[in-house]
Amino acid sequence: MTSFRIDGGTSINRDDVRQFSFNGEKLSGFGGDTVASALLANGKQLVGRSFKYHRPRGILTAGAAEPNALLTIGRDGRRDPNTRATMAELFDGLEARSQNCWPNVDFDIGAVNGVLGPILGAGFYYKTFMWPAAFWEKVYEPIIRKAAGLGRASYDPDPGYYEKCWAHCDLLVIGAGAAGLAAALTAGRAGARVIIADEGAQLGGGMRAERSMIDGKPADIFLGDVMGELISLPNVDIKSRTTIFANYDDGVFGGVERVQKHLPEAEINPNRAMERLWRIVAKHTILATGAEERPIVFGGNDRPGVMMAGAMRTYLNAYGVAPGKRVALFANNDQAYDTARDLEERGIEIAAIIDPRTCPDVGYHGSARHIAGAVVRDTAGRKGLKSITVRHDDGRDEVIAVDALAISGGYSPIVHLACHRGARPVWSDDHAGFMPPMDADGLTPVGAVSGVRGIVACFNAGANAACDALVGLGISARPALIGADVAGDHVNDPEAAGAQDTLPVWSVPSARGKAFVDFQNDVTASDINLAMREGYDHVELAKRYTTNGMATDQGKTSNVNAIGILAENKGVSPGDIGTTTFRPFYTPVSFGALVGASKGFEFQPVRKSPLHGWAARNGAKFVETGLWYRSSWFPKGGETFWRDSVDREVLNVRTNVGICDVSTLGKIEIFGADAAEFLNRVYCNAFLKLPVGKARYGLMLREDGFIYDDGTTSCLAENHYFMTTTTALAAGVLTHLEFCAQVLWPELDVRLASATDQWAQMAVAGPKARATLAKIIDDDLGNEAFPFLAAREVSLFGGKLRGRLFRISFSGELAYEIAVPAGYGSCVADAIMEAGKEFDIAPYGTEALGVMRIEKGHVTHAEINGTVTPADLGMGRMVSAKKDDFIGRVMNKREGLLDAARPLLVGIKPKSPSDRFATGSHILNVGADVRLENDQGYVTSTCHSPNLGHTIGLALIKGGPERYGEEVVIWNGLAGTHVTGVICNPAFVDPENEKLHA
Amino acid sequence: MSSLVKCPHCGLRPREEFTIRGEVPSPRPASDAPANAWFDHVYLRDNPRGEHREYWHHAGGCRRWLVLSRNTITHDISAVVDASTLKAGTKS
Repeated sequence: MTSFRIDGGTSINRDDVRQFSFNGEKLSGFGGDTVASALLANGKQLVGRSFKYHRPRGILTAGAAEPNALLTIGRDGRRDPNTRATMAELFDGLEARSQNCWPNVDFDIGAVNGVLGPILGAGFYYKTFMWPAAFWEKVYEPIIRKAAGLGRASYDPDPGYYEKCWAHCDLLVIGAGAAGLAAALTAGRAGARVIIADEGAQLGGGMRAERSMIDGKPADIFLGDVMGELISLPNVDIKSRTTIFANYDDGVFGGVERVQKHLPEAEINPNRAMERLWRIVAKHTILATGAEERPIVFGGNDRPGVMMAGAMRTYLNAYGVAPGKRVALFANNDQAYDTARDLEERGIEIAAIIDPRTCPDVGYHGSARHIAGAVVRDTAGRKGLKSITVRHDDGRDEVIAVDALAISGGYSPIVHLACHRGARPVWSDDHAGFMPPMDADGLTPVGAVSGVRGIVACFNAGANAACDALVGLGISARPALIGADVAGDHVNDPEAAGAQDTLPVWSVPSARGKAFVDFQNDVTASDINLAMREGYDHVELAKRYTTNGMATDQGKTSNVNAIGILAENKGVSPGDIGTTTFRPFYTPVSFGALVGASKGFEFQPVRKSPLHGWAARNGAKFVETGLWYRSSWFPKGGETFWRDSVDREVLNVRTNVGICDVSTLGKIEIFGADAAEFLNRVYCNAFLKLPVGKARYGLMLREDGFIYDDGTTSCLAENHYFMTTTTALAAGVLTHLEFCAQVLWPELDVRLASATDQWAQMAVAGPKARATLAKIIDDDLGNEAFPFLAAREVSLFGGKLRGRLFRISFSGELAYEIAVPAGYGSCVADAIMEAGKEFDIAPYGTEALGVMRIEKGHVTHAEINGTVTPADLGMGRMVSAKKDDFIGRVMNKREGLLDAARPLLVGIKPKSPSDRFATGSHILNVGADVRLENDQGYVTSTCHSPNLGHTIGLALIKGGPERYGEEVVIWNGLAGTHVTGVICNPAFVDPENEKLHA
Repeated sequence: MSSLVKCPHCGLRPREEFTIRGEVPSPRPASDAPANAWFDHVYLRDNPRGEHREYWHHAGGCRRWLVLSRNTITHDISAVVDASTLKAGTKS
């Protein structure tokens, strides 16, 4: 393999030799190389295959816009597909592979698509896969899925750590080329808080490709000095390897910093982020993103060996890599001649300079053959460039043997970040490009992005823009005078300024063979012409019909040429065609960075009850409910089937006593002189006269008259109430109460505070609950002293602890809920277990709780499902007729909500005890067809009742309690089963509430 | 959508700290108001192109309900006030 490495290179360190592999072949490069420069230095021009036609492709650019050289880098969990070789830094041991080729990049079966080219044109998918419809799932989709996509993602978890951060600054400078560096230095010297971000590993941007002396120093020495000064300023934050990918509202920018992606495995610090997602809040922003060189659309312009002129200059000057032995330049602008000058200086033969302009006066003084008024119409060479065919202005063709061709079709300012918030770029004939919009709020485009050319001019523009921006922030600054003297600066050369600077050449009319516009999506000039002929000539339609600009590079090298071709064919200005919409992200951002720390165990927070440890010690099985982990059952004595445990827990509560963690219920402390009035307005039932020491069950409606939530509220003292909510709506109810208190009735004196996490709360239920609690609670728990719905503070353990005791029952048994400060929860639960030992106390979980509430006919959100009113649940009488106002009062009385045909809450059981049925089943009259109009209602909750020995359920059925005793069909459409059921009272256990008041 | 919101109590805070309830509807009618007033209040919402007033809750901050006036095209926020100040004759 011939080495293309020559002398020089401002970005590489020749003492730092790095080994890497490409498709298994061992190669070497230097520190500072990109994978692309190292491949080129090793003579690897062919690096991949194109997306649709599987054509051989080489490295086109030296930066973020690269459409061709997408490689898979790394392996296992660290494998990154679709990595641009031009952006990936070379490290020791790096493994890179080509994509989209099989069996290998040199011999690729898929290249047969190239032969099928004529039928794979624009709109191919739309035209081909229309019919028959049945073919979609079985035939078309699998084929498309197999053929589509570039690299493949790893199935292994990424071992890397990712994080997200915020940063704040006075001035954000995006891009560290000449304009950006001058702006950062100006603002930094003035004491402003500055962040300067650049996607490259080293600062300097385009200057790294310069051979000019800047202030009498070579570019790399000069940049080292500037960098040194920026580092010395504590108010300047330099973020290299950081792509600012989005401009959001209010001066907030999204950025991704590749912290350790450039390091070999052995050097990766596992405690440091691989990548960091930044949100940067900037008071003002300097956009110094530069300009993208445009390719020219001619036949065979995708052949490996064809490269952007600026990229060729970068590889030559920054990396010391020769593009070939015999090079041609095809360019329509003056700046491209810098590449010719530098190639010649390095002794690389230039076969010809082909310029479509008829009389370019470019100040080129070299010895290469100059062909004016001509174009390149075709290229040849199977896997790499061998020759080009030049069409002279007299119509004569000439074949010139070359192994590399530099192309330049002008410059497109990188306006993306100026357009993310909806502003449109503006076409400029003078600059032959779309310029950033002028009305971009708080953002100043400067340097090449605003059409400024030449290093000195960019330095000045950047420094002045920073001064102007800082004036607006009340900071006075003086322009940093750097780079005042640049020898050989293109624009400073008075002879260099040509009259006709850039002559747009959107496509070469005489092109032979495929002339690519979009390299990554294989869109040719003829595809765009076809789209126009078929009526898709609007820029947004042409994009989607041809897929131009829809690849991972989002058309960085192709969009403006496509617009130019559309404009040319319609005989209008590119400005009349306009651009497609610019949206984040500027370049692809890894999922890892977007996910940040939220993966695996850290995917979401875990909420553990204060009694979690106690439950775990007692063998609980936990279930996730929202963020909570709730104890669902407690297997004992070799129980392996969950229902064995649940049945035992239920029966034990009904005959002895059980203890259950109910700490996850929402708890809200309510204070204020108007607290009672407030409660009276948020609950549909009366709360104004709730006495101190009493709890009351309350139903909270939504303003539309349906039930929102239920729970108990206790009056602990005058103007002090304690509300409990369901676990699921703890946050929602607090938010709702805050809305009522702050927005609807700010005149009420009421204060709210969430206390959910402050209390450990346990239900102690069963005939022996009183006897158990009496052993640890000092107060009298007799029926007289502490009747049903009593609620007050009590003393425990002979005055050692104070807690809150509520005589409320969800199970239907004699029951209490005892709340103690969260930190005491575990030891109080242990003490209750100890006290209840003689009564055979056992813990029970949410499953047993659920069984007992169904047995008792108590509702949960399975019944309160957003479509039911209090009357639907048999609680219509709770809705106060006396209160002037409460949430939901008016709408609850709507005609439709009073309709006698509404489904009402009932119990349901199987006619034959051995039959079972499931929640969600629908109810039909006996003998009725399964049709929607025959639907009588549906089952909302079911369980196996260990007390009754069969399945029981709650249901919402038309006619409701009037139909107790009626036989119906319970139809399960999913399982395809019909079970005969009997409608009954929902209180299956203790309908007279004798146990409750025992 | 705005990225930063100037809470009257907490200052400039990221949007993620807030939850949005939606448009500020017509004021909550009296109990004896005609049905149309109630339907308007409970159900009818505009979807304007331009200035829009919305209830935002600083759920991850001071937990105050705010009324935020913003432009749905430009995303500019013209005013943020504590929602309690909208009801006349109230204690602040």
